[in-house]
Amino acid sequence: MKSAAEALKGFKKFNPKKLPVEEPLTPGHRACQGCGEVLALRQVMKALGHDTIVASATGCMEIITSSFPHSAWKVPWLHVAFENAAAVVSGIEVGYKALMRKGKIPEKKVTFVGMGGDGATADIGMQALSGALERGHNFIYLCFDNEAYMNTGIQRSSSTPYGASTTTSPAGKKSIGQSTWKKNMAAIAVAHGTPYVATCNPYYYLDLMNKAKKASLVEGPAYLHIYSPCPTGWRCNPEEALTTARLAVQSKVFPLYEVIDGKYVMSRKITKPKPVSEYFAIQRRFRHLSESDIAYIQQRVDEDYNKLLLLAGETPGGEGEGKED
Amino acid sequence: MAKETGMMSWKELALGCAVTRPGSAMDLKTGDWRSQRPVTDYEKCTKCGMCYIFCPDMVYTQKPDGFFEANMYYCKGCGICAKECPADAITMVEESV
Amino acid sequence: MGKRIGIEVSLAVSEAAKLANVDVVSAYPITPQTHIVEHLSELVADGHLDAEFIPVESEHSAMSACIGAAAAGARTFTSTCAQGLALMLEICYIAAALRLPIVMAMANRSLSGPISIWNDHGDLMMARDSGWIQVVAENGQEAFDLTIQAFRIAEDHRVLLPVIVNLDGFTCSHVIEPMEMLSQEEVDRYLPPYKPKMWLDLNNPITMGAVGIPDVYTEAKKAQDEALKGAKPVVIEAWAEFAKLFGRKYQPVETYKTEGADTLLVTMGSTSETAMTAVDQMRAAGRKVGIVRIRLYRPFPKEEFLAAIKGAKQLAVMDRALAMSGMETGPLATEIKSVLYDQAQKPYVWNFIAGLAGRDITVENFTEMADGVEAAAADKLPQGATWTNVRE
Repeated sequence: MKSAAEALKGFKKFNPKKLPVEEPLTPGHRACQGCGEVLALRQVMKALGHDTIVASATGCMEIITSSFPHSAWKVPWLHVAFENAAAVVSGIEVGYKALMRKGKIPEKKVTFVGMGGDGATADIGMQALSGALERGHNFIYLCFDNEAYMNTGIQRSSSTPYGASTTTSPAGKKSIGQSTWKKNMAAIAVAHGTPYVATCNPYYYLDLMNKAKKASLVEGPAYLHIYSPCPTGWRCNPEEALTTARLAVQSKVFPLYEVIDGKYVMSRKITKPKPVSEYFAIQRRFRHLSESDIAYIQQRVDEDYNKLLLLAGETPGGEGEGKED
Repeated sequence: MAKETGMMSWKELALGCAVTRPGSAMDLKTGDWRSQRPVTDYEKCTKCGMCYIFCPDMVYTQKPDGFFEANMYYCKGCGICAKECPADAITMVEESV
Repeated sequence: MGKRIGIEVSLAVSEAAKLANVDVVSAYPITPQTHIVEHLSELVADGHLDAEFIPVESEHSAMSACIGAAAAGARTFTSTCAQGLALMLEICYIAAALRLPIVMAMANRSLSGPISIWNDHGDLMMARDSGWIQVVAENGQEAFDLTIQAFRIAEDHRVLLPVIVNLDGFTCSHVIEPMEMLSQEEVDRYLPPYKPKMWLDLNNPITMGAVGIPDVYTEAKKAQDEALKGAKPVVIEAWAEFAKLFGRKYQPVETYKTEGADTLLVTMGSTSETAMTAVDQMRAAGRKVGIVRIRLYRPFPKEEFLAAIKGAKQLAVMDRALAMSGMETGPLATEIKSVLYDQAQKPYVWNFIAGLAGRDITVENFTEMADGVEAAAADKLPQGATWTNVRE
C-alpha cells in the first residue's frame, strides 16, 4: 500500500478562482442561520465531488439534511445510528470492495465517507472509529466539531473546551463550566497509525478543501477534524460564525496542521497570535470566565501550540509565516 | 401535498422509507425564515467570491458577468456574507413584512 | 445428491454460508458461536470462500458493518448470540426497518445476568420484536439447510427482511453430526445471485435512514409489519422448492405423532428430539401424546399452529426462556394463549420453564410435562407454569 506521501505526490491544489461548481449538498436544509458546520460540510462535499458515498451518524448534519421527505443529499447516503458511522462506512467500503473484486459491479474509484459530530466521534462513537482506523479501511472520517452535543440541546462532550458553559457543564457559583481540557482526537487518530490526519476550518476554505481532496487520494483511512462554529450553541451572532473560526486559528486555540504518515506539518504558523480573550469575547459560552481563568487558558493554549510546533520540527516563536493554503 | 409533507399511504412509501429523490430538500423554502436580507452594491463588489463560498445555504451563484447573485428562496438572512465581504459591498436590510 | 459427512454443526453452518457465496462476513466472536466465525475466516484465508471478512471490534459494529455492506448490495452474513445480540440489538431493529436481507446464525445462549455461556432461548426471544424473520433448527442438518434457505427467503423482493437461523448453542452447534452437504452446483440451482432492489448506487443516489417524522413513522412501520406478515408464504414456497430439489421437507410447524393425541408437547429447538424419545415411550405405553414443534417463529405461523393442535385437549408448552412480565408464563406460552384466545375449541395450556442456561432436559422431564398438564387439566387448575428441575 502506498504511503500517504506517495499518494499525495503532485497534488494539485484548488484554484480559488475556479472552485468546483457542483453542490453535492443542496440548499433547503434545515440548519440554523449562520451554521458553520453545514458550511464546512458543504465545502468538503464540493471538494470531494459526486462519486462519494456518505455514512452519517445521528446529529445536527443528519437531522437537518434528512427530514423525511426532504433530503439535501445528491450522493448516496445512509444513516443508521449515533455511535456507528465508522462501522457503517467500514461495511459499505468492504461491500463495494467485495463486489468489485468478484466482478459483480464495475471497478470505479469511489470515496467512502463516515461522518459525525464531536459527540458521535469522540464519545459514543469512539470505539467504532478506533476499530475502523485500526482495520485500515479505505475511507475518510469527518469529525464536525461544534464542541458539544448540539443537536440534543448543547450538552457537553469530551470535545467541549475548558471553561465553556453547556447545559450539562453549566457555569455556576461552583463551576467554571467544562472542567476538563478538550480531548485531542487528531492525536488519537495519529496514534492509530492513520496515514493522513488533518485539522480544518471553514474560514480557511481552500485549506479545508485541499485537505478533503488529499484525504480522498490517500489509500487507507484519513481523519479530518473540522472546526464547526455553532452560533446557536456558542451564543454568538449568526453573522459572526466565521469570525469565531478565524479567531480560533489566529489565537492558536484551533491550530491548522496535517499529519502525513505520522509526520506533523503546520498548515499555518501563527507568529502574531490574537489573545484568547478576543476569541472568547464574542461567544457568551465563555463570558463567565474570570481574568485568571483566561490567563490559565492562554498559558495552556501557548504550551500546546509550542508542543505542536516541536512535533512539526518548527521552532516555537520562530520567524516567518509558514503557511500553506 | 404528500411530496412536501411526507404524508402518504404506507403503500406509497419507498422500501425502508427511503428518500428516492436526491436533493428533494430543494423544495423547502428556507427563505421564509429570514428577517433580514443581503443587498449587494455591485459598484463596490470585486467578484472575489467570498459570499459564495461562505454561504451555509448555497444562496449565491455566479452570473456570466462574474458578479454573484443571491437566491432569496433559500436565504436565511444569517448575515455571514455581509460580515465577511472584504469590500463591504453587502448590507443586511430588514425584510419587509 | 450431496455427500454425507460427519461435521461439527458450527462448521456446517459456515459451509452453508460459503456455498451461498456470501460477499461479506462481519462478525465478532462470542461463545458458543466462535467456531462459526473462525471457520469462515479460515475459509476466506485459504481462498475457499471469496468474501471479505471484517474482524470488527464489537457486535454493535458487526451489525453496523453488515448494514453498510448489505446497503452497498453485498450478500452479507454474520453470527452472534446472547450478549452479542443484546449489544447489537438497536442496530438489528434498524436493519429490519431498512429492509436489508442480512442472514445471521444465532447459537442460542442464555442472557446475562448471571453471565452464562450455556444454551437457552433467551436471545431468540430477545430478538422477537425486532422485525427479523426467525427460523429454528433442531439438529445440524436443519441448521445447514435453514442457512441456505435463509438467503433465498431474505433476498426475495417480496420479503427483503433479515433472517435469524437459530441453533442451540453447544447442544447443537458443537456436536458432530452426520449430515448431507449440498454441492455448490445444487446450491446454485436453488439460490439465485443477490439482486438488491435498493442500494447505495452512485447512478441513483438515494437517502437511506431519513428522519421518521411523526407524519411518516406509523406508515413506515405498517409497511414493515405487512412485509413481515407477507414473508410467511414466501418461506413456505422456498421450503417447498427445497423439498422438490433435495427431498428434505420443512414446514412452519412440524408435528410428531400428533394423530389422535389428547396431549401435545410444544417445543422449539434441539430438545424436540429428546421429546420425541419420550413420546415414543408414552405411545408404546398406550398414551395419546404427540409433539408440535415450532420451526418458523417469526412471523408466527398462527394458521399452521392451530391446524397442528386441532383436537388436542391439553398443551404442555415448553419455554426455554423467560419474559419477565410478572405473570406466570414464558414467552412462547403467552403467545400461544393469545393465538388460542378466540378459538371456540381451546385446549388447556400449562407452561413449563425448562432448560435454562444449559440445564439438562431429560426424557423423563417430558413424560413429567405430559403427566403434569393432564393432571392440572383434570383438576381444572387455573392455567399456570412450572419451573422444571428448579431446586426449591
